[in-house]
Order: sequence, then structure tokens, then C-alpha cells
Amino acid sequence: MDQGSEKSPTILEMQSITKEFPGVKALDKVSLSVKASEIHAICGENGAGKSTLMKVLSGVYPFGTYDGDIVYQGEIVRFKDIKASEAAGIVIIHQELALIPELSITENIFLGNEPGRGGVIDWVQAQSRAIELLARVGLTDDPDTQIKNIGVGKQQLVEIAKALNKNVKLLILDEPTAALNENDSQHLLDLILGLKGRGISSIIISHKLNEIEQIADEITIIRDGKSIETLNVKADGVDEDRIIRGMVGRTLGNRFPERTTTPGEIFFEVRNWNVQHPLTAERMVVKNSSFTVRRGEVVGFAGLMGAGRTELAMSVFGRSYGKFISGEVYKDGQEIKLRTVTEAIKHGLAYVSEDRKALGLNLLDTIKRSIVSAKLKKISRGDVVNKIEETQISEEYRKSLRIKTPTVEEGVSKLSGGNQQKVVLAKWMFTDPDLLILDEPTRGIDVGAKAEIYGIIRELAAQGKGIIMISSELPELLGVSDRIYTIFEGTITNELSVAQADPETLMRSMTSTTKKAAA
Amino acid sequence: MSAPVNETKPGFDIRDIKNLFGGGGSLKQFGILGALIVIVLIFQVWTGGKTLEPGNLINIVQQYSYILILAIGMVMVIIAGHIDLSVGSVAAFTGILVAKSMTDWSFPWWVAIIFGLLIGAAIGAWQGFWVAYVGVPAFIVTLAGMLIWRGGNQFIGDSATVPVPKDFVQIGAGYLPEIGPGATNVNNLTMLLGIIIALVVVFNEIRSRRTRKIMGAVQDALWVSVLRATILVVLILVIAFLFASGRPGTSYPISGIILGVLVLGYSFLTGNTIFGRHVYAVGGNKHAAELSGVNSKRVNFFVMMNMSVLASLAGMIFVARSQASGPFDGTGWELDAIAAVFIGGAAVAGGIGTVAGSIIGGLVMAVLSNGLQLKGIGSDLVQIIKGLVLLLAVGIDVYNKMSGRPSLIGLMGRNNKKPEGPSVATDAPAVVPTNAGTPDSATPVDLNK
Repeated sequence: MDQGSEKSPTILEMQSITKEFPGVKALDKVSLSVKASEIHAICGENGAGKSTLMKVLSGVYPFGTYDGDIVYQGEIVRFKDIKASEAAGIVIIHQELALIPELSITENIFLGNEPGRGGVIDWVQAQSRAIELLARVGLTDDPDTQIKNIGVGKQQLVEIAKALNKNVKLLILDEPTAALNENDSQHLLDLILGLKGRGISSIIISHKLNEIEQIADEITIIRDGKSIETLNVKADGVDEDRIIRGMVGRTLGNRFPERTTTPGEIFFEVRNWNVQHPLTAERMVVKNSSFTVRRGEVVGFAGLMGAGRTELAMSVFGRSYGKFISGEVYKDGQEIKLRTVTEAIKHGLAYVSEDRKALGLNLLDTIKRSIVSAKLKKISRGDVVNKIEETQISEEYRKSLRIKTPTVEEGVSKLSGGNQQKVVLAKWMFTDPDLLILDEPTRGIDVGAKAEIYGIIRELAAQGKGIIMISSELPELLGVSDRIYTIFEGTITNELSVAQADPETLMRSMTSTTKKAAA
Repeated sequence: MSAPVNETKPGFDIRDIKNLFGGGGSLKQFGILGALIVIVLIFQVWTGGKTLEPGNLINIVQQYSYILILAIGMVMVIIAGHIDLSVGSVAAFTGILVAKSMTDWSFPWWVAIIFGLLIGAAIGAWQGFWVAYVGVPAFIVTLAGMLIWRGGNQFIGDSATVPVPKDFVQIGAGYLPEIGPGATNVNNLTMLLGIIIALVVVFNEIRSRRTRKIMGAVQDALWVSVLRATILVVLILVIAFLFASGRPGTSYPISGIILGVLVLGYSFLTGNTIFGRHVYAVGGNKHAAELSGVNSKRVNFFVMMNMSVLASLAGMIFVARSQASGPFDGTGWELDAIAAVFIGGAAVAGGIGTVAGSIIGGLVMAVLSNGLQLKGIGSDLVQIIKGLVLLLAVGIDVYNKMSGRPSLIGLMGRNNKKPEGPSVATDAPAVVPTNAGTPDSATPVDLNK
């Protein structure tokens, strides 16, 4: 330990933290050291283990479920839950905000921490304290406003006010600016810098490397569940490329399978597609979008979170999202109507959701039952399921996709993320689709399984199937797709063949509406 | 991940015991079946042999068949993620209309039964409409139904009792007839039924081994299959003999036959058909089911409708048994049926449960109350004990699931292996019967109880 040799004292020292889930080692001897009054960024690809590490720190995974020590303010701490870590001054603000929309700002700030005596809340004190806290985060709104009536940027600030009320010493922010626009993001970053000036340390997890470069003092890079290095931003002269090199840690080439076939003719086309938000009328989530897919082609869709990628895909897939959809779908030159999911499946569409657990799988079910669940008719006679065929078919998929399980009668909940994703892929491959829409197919799965999934995608393309791959990870889009569309605020902003595409061009098109010359 | 041994094991292995009943990892059913056997044995000793007397067994079947029929429908409702509080009132409402149809409008008994089932279907369609298509929670819809149909019963019957004719009484109080040689001193038809079921069990065991071989799935050790089949055959024949050797004129009740047919039919429906799969899918994860092309509204509609049809059938059996329809028929039935389902291992959040498990759960409650009554314990104490048993059964289940603790036999099997690392979800809930063996091997036992 080098606590003494540094200029400022260390507030937090996580020492060789190891956390295992059934089948996966999420964290492997990860170490992290944060100094007092420092902004410390954690960088890593999706699934590298950043969130798991923060859950260990904040007591979501209580003491005893991980190996290693957490030294906080010079003492070994053993948090049994999130309340214990908050009492010590460690507050985590999750990507999905933990605010209650129906309650007011004041009520939210003091939720679980209400001032008063003997269970009776002192609203006068709460109110004046709320105003004070709001002033510290630069909010001028009436503290009686309901949370649902303020924007997401202000909600983020309320979360910070809530943390300040808990006497926070170490603030953890998980993707704080992911849902914010540029102005709100800048305001938030300034605020974090301001807190630093008042002695509050922050750990920030973000994919936005430019922001990290701007505010972080030190950066710890995590890759595949291991801590790779800690960089001092000023001393080491860190820039974005340096961070990316650490995060990726390998050349792009060897992760992706080779493209062995060339795409055929256009067989699937969506024209002038418009989708409205299901709750808010007049809010268009997809605007006038048109795209095509060729046989044997992997079409990438690049866009930031909330750009409308998933909404576009789901609305095409049997109108499973949104309202008042207008536009046409053509398959093999014929216009087709996809009014329900059943119709979409019948026309040879398949949709692998980005949210595997909520939308992709019934976690109570077994592997074999999940695999055949989207087209039971195929193995049924007169509505009676043939269980012999069911097992035989799922065994075939288990072997061909290399699903790691002792038997297909195992519950899907026991599988690791990558193997669950293979089950979802098998489920849709079983429907024998012509067009597979894969929404973030490698989210939250480890690197080895990712490579296998890329292999499966190219293999499906080689069989002549059309594939739409939606992804936030540019390297994977560039490595697997043949052609890439960019989407920004519900509009398709650019179309590039993979030969013309590079990360900078894509990122520009993903963040502005200016239409570039189509490829 | 713990990796169970994959191939057929030649020698004796303590872990095989858990495959004896409830293979495919559904240990929970084994647990509840074990509990039923223990409870039967305890009462058999405590009541000095009265529990397993033919007369008492017949009494249990007649007295609880309608609750068990309700449990069949209720488990499907609960798997789909709903609840039905109206079943007792629906039963009473159907009962009074059926009784009136025979006494006042002189319907023949068989027309009256069809009429009753149609009423159930109509009520079910009404409640299903509100649940599935309007989206009102089933708790509310059926709470309203509970009031509406109870009031309907008392309105139509003028809060009075309406008697039913003799023919109709058969479905609730009738027995298998005496035919064949009288010299056997037992009811021949009941014995014949027992023998047929025993043969079916043996046949099923052989067939299940053969299909699992074709599928290349994990096979139980041969001795497990033989022992399982032997135990079941002996059990079935003993039970059949008990039912057949009762007081002359009595034998296996007609209501028990109806129950048995329903158990088999619905086990097949839930375990082997597309509709059954869809019920589990909607209850397990509605959104994922919809994105797989399942019409969840239709599933919810039919599940609710089916429940009311079964409730009206239960109501008619009850009316037949008590030979009249009264204003307070079916009071509290919903609670007994729901308790049976949860004791039988269903999950409150939906997605988990089996018909066989619910029937065993219902039998646990039935034997318990019957035994306590035989000991002359008042209904006040019986209720308290039943409540505690429900709480205990589900409590143990939830506790085991949360802490990922294996069952007792699982522990015995694990001792010779090295302990696993932190097991958060390694012993995740056993799900649904995944092989034909589970419901098939369990149902014949229920049939004869």
C-alpha cells in the first residue's frame, strides 16, 4: 500500500475484490484506490465489471458475497446493505434514477431520511433544508414540484441534493450524463467539480470519454473483470485514444469473424416509418425513416441511448412499441402488414431484445422450453407439443451454439448472460426467420461469448438471412456489419458501407441531424 | 456452476432417491408428497386406524372433491399471475339455477348439468373480459364477482334452500355400481379400475424410459424406475382395495371419478399443449411472451373462463351431495382452493405451479381437517391449525428459495462433493414438470385417495 507516499490521503482502497456469479467471474482481484477530494473515473467496455464493482462498494452485494477488502477512511468496512454504506457517506446514484415521480422534490430528497421526531415529519425544517440543498446544486425550482414535472437533467440534480443531505463523502455516479443533453451534462460536470472543491470525492462511470478527460483526476481501467491500470490524467497526459487502448487492450481484427460472403439483393425494405411515443402524444420517437436490408447482409444501426433505435425495431416487429405508426414495409417486393407479433413471426421476422431478462426470456423456464417457445406449432400436432422433438431440437442448438449447460432441462436462470443470449438466439433461429433484428446482442456478456455471438451472426448471414444489428459499441458494428445506418433523435442521419465508416464519422452522424452525403 | 453427473449411473447413489418421485428437478413436489404421506401416517396412528378405514377414505373424497376441482382451475389462474376470489359464489349461483331448472322447469338431470356448465362459461366470459380486455386486476374483478354471484344466488333462491331430484344426486353422492361376481366381497369395478391404473403406471414408466433414451436425456438408474413403479403399483392396489372393501353399496365415489378425469386432462393440458405452455409463459414473463407471439389477452380470458366453468361443476357436485342448493353454499371455498395451490408449490407472482402439486396440496389440507375432526377437535382449532400449516408450508418454500438451500436429500447427496463457492442462485427454484414422468406418476395416487 502506498497511502503514505501520496500527497493527499486515500479515502477508499478496494483491495483485490473478487466476485463470482454462477458460471462467470465478474470481478477478478480488482483493486481501486481513490484519494480524498478527487474525481476518479472508471472506464471499461460494457460488461467489464464496472457496475458490479460499484455494487460491491455500496453494499448491494453485501460483505461475505465477495472476496477481498474494502478500506474506507483507513478502516476495513463490511457493509451489509446499501443503508450501511450510506451511513458511512458512500452514496451511489444509479443510471436509472431512484426518484418517485408522484412525490415532490422535498419528499424525494428526504425519502428514508425524514427529519422530525418520533415518526412525525417536521415539514418546515424539511422545506427550508430542501431549499438550501437545491441552491447548492444550482436548482431554483419550487421544492413542492412533483418530480415527474421536471426534466431528467434536473432530476439528476435532485439525486445529488439527496446525496448531499446524507452527508456524502464519496459520491458514485453511474453513467450520469447518459440521458442528458449537452447543456445539462455540462452543468452536472461543473457541479461535480464544485463538490470536489468542497472535499467530496466522486467515482464516475461513463462511456463519454471526452467528459472523463475533462473532469477526472485519475482513471482506472477495467477489462474483463480485471483492473488493468490506473492513469493520472495530468501526469500521464491521457487522451481518449489512450483510454480506448486500455479498455480494448487488443487489436480489433482478431475479435471478429471474417466476412466470407457478399450480400445479395434487397429483400426487405421499410419506407417512411413514423412512430409516436406510446404515452406522450405528438412526441415522435421515429421520424420518416427508411432503410433496406439485403439477403446475407448484416446491417448495423448506430445510435446513442434514446435515439430511437429500439423503438424503430420494435415498432416494425409487429407494432410491439408505440402508437399511430405510419409507413410501409416491403418484403420481396410485396407490401406486407405486420400488425401483431404473430404476423411478424409468420412473415419471417425475429426480434432479439436488448433487455434479455425483461423481454427476451421467461427466467422461470427451462432451456429446452425456451428454445421452442416462439414457434411451438413447428413441433406440435393438433396443439399437443411433441416433447421428444423438443429435447432433440434443443440438444442440437446446445451443441451447435455451444450453450454451456449440463442438460437442456436446466433452468435458463442458472445460465450466464452469454449463454442466456445464445438461448434467445436459438429461440429465434428455431422460428427460421428471414430477417433477424438483434438489439444489443452482446450487452452484458463476457468477451469470449461475444466473439462466439459475432460468429453466429456471420454464420446466419452466410446462410442468406438478413440481419439488423443495433449496437452502442462502434467497434462491434464496424467489425460485424456490412453497412451501417446512423440514427439520431428518431431520424436516420447517415448510411455508410463498412469500408467508408470509421468511428469519428459514425459518432458525428450519431450526434447531429446534418445529413451527410449517402454512400 | 455445479455440474450434475450426466450419464446413467450404474451403482447406488443417494442422489437417485430424489429422482424417485418428482424427477426433472421438481423436488418441491417430492417434498409435499412426502408431507402428505407423513400426515396420513401420523393420523392413522393417532386415530387408531380410523383414517385409512374405507368409510373414511370415501368420505374424504366426497367431501373434498369439489375443493380439489377448484384447485385445478385455480392453479392455472395463479400460474397466469391472477387470483379468483369468486369461485365459491359462482358455485352457489350455478347451484341454485341448476336446482331451480330441475324442480321448477323440470329439466332432465343431464340437461341441467350442461345448463350449469354454460352458466359457468358465461360468468367466466364476463370476468375474463374485464380481466383480459379491460385490464382490471383479477383480484378486483373477482371480488366484485364474489358479491354479485352470492347476491344472485340469494336473489334467485329467495335466500331459501331448493332441493334437487334423486338422479342428480348421483354425481355428488353416487358410487361405482356393483357388477360381476358377488363372491369377491369387494366392489369389482373399483378393483378393476385400480388394476387398470396400475398397468398404466407400469406402461408409462417403460414408455418414459424409452422416450428419454430416444431423446438422449438423463436417465434415472434402472433400480429407481423399478422401485418407483413397484411402490406405486402396490400403493394403488392397496388404495383400490380399501375403497372396494367398504360397507356394501359404497365404493369409489362418482365425484372422485370426475376429479380423476379432470386431473389427468388438465395435467395434460398444462404440461403438453401449446395453450398450457402459453399459460406458463404469460405468468412467467408477460412481455417476453408477447414478443414471442403469445396472445396474452386470449390466454388470460380463457384461464379466467375455465376457472368459472370448473367452479360451476364444483357447485353442482356439492348441490348433488347435499341434495339441495342453499344460500350459503360455497362460502370460503376460494380460500381452500387458493391454499391448496400454494401448499402445492405455486408461486404467488405466477409462472410456477402444477396441477398434480395442487391436488397433493389440497389432499394435505383434506387429510388434516378430516383427521382433526375424527379426533373430535372443534372447527375453531381446525381453522387455526390449517392457517398455520399454510403459512409454514409456503414459508419453508420461500425460505429455501431465497437462501438457495437444497432440500434434505439434496444435502445428503452433496456431502460427498466438495462444497461449492458462494451459491447465490445455484439452487434456483425448480420450475415446472419438465418430463411426462412427474404428473403421470403422481396422478394415479391422487385418483385413488
